[in-house]
Amino acid sequence: METNLLMDFIVDKENKCVHVKREFDASLSAVWSAWTEAEILDQWWAPAPWKSQTKSMEFKEGGRRLYAMVGPEGQEGWSFFDYTSITPKTNFKHSSTFCDADANPNPDMGSSYWDVSFSEQGDLTVVDITIKRDSLAELEKVIEMGFKEGFTSAMQGLDKIFETKK
Amino acid sequence: MKRDIFQAIADPTRRAILVLISSTALTPNAIAEQFKTTRQAVSKHIKILNECDLLEEKKEGREIYYKLKIDKMKEIDKWLEQFKEIWEKRFTQLDQVLINLKNKENGN
Repeated sequence: METNLLMDFIVDKENKCVHVKREFDASLSAVWSAWTEAEILDQWWAPAPWKSQTKSMEFKEGGRRLYAMVGPEGQEGWSFFDYTSITPKTNFKHSSTFCDADANPNPDMGSSYWDVSFSEQGDLTVVDITIKRDSLAELEKVIEMGFKEGFTSAMQGLDKIFETKK
Repeated sequence: MKRDIFQAIADPTRRAILVLISSTALTPNAIAEQFKTTRQAVSKHIKILNECDLLEEKKEGREIYYKLKIDKMKEIDKWLEQFKEIWEKRFTQLDQVLINLKNKENGN
């Protein structure tokens, strides 16, 4: 599907932050649901052919989402989010930690810290994400989990687009 | 063993070493002095960085100085583009989910 919806992607190496901002052609409440309800989250969170499988999710301050990214050959990459702050239909914050199926943290990976904001802009809903700190390590893990190969061919085409934008 | 740059930056100590040697060439001892870990641990990190082909070696007398190969770090930019691609794919999927939700609401 082709969309004209705008996306910003900024890497702030100095502050070890990644900023991602994206417009969605849907109501604020629909977008909020898609980010905060396990059943909907699992439909889009993992880039195909990977699948997101939420084992448990308690979307409240102090609550946790434990989920796996499941690959086409059944590979599993587990993570949990610990929700630290929730302002309904406005913002939520959580840490993200790589772990095993029983939520034992991977001691080598550390955590990253997410701040996700929602706002209405006319008919569109804008989601603004900041991922902090150990995001470099997290990125490494994401690539390691098998996304690398699948994206390489798509990237070759995209590289050209990015080059012309710069 | 052939390693890639992502193994180099997957570890916080190695990232710190890369920052240290990005502007000045340093001996393994000088690098080790900056960390609380043992000299052996730092040597192991340097070995991995070397296998990632990130280090420029210079011998002066008995000492070996290490400096970062800056060009190699550009691979990280490429890699971040891949992360961007993951988000784009994710969001395209979310667009479709939102359309499905809307259709359901409208009873289509």
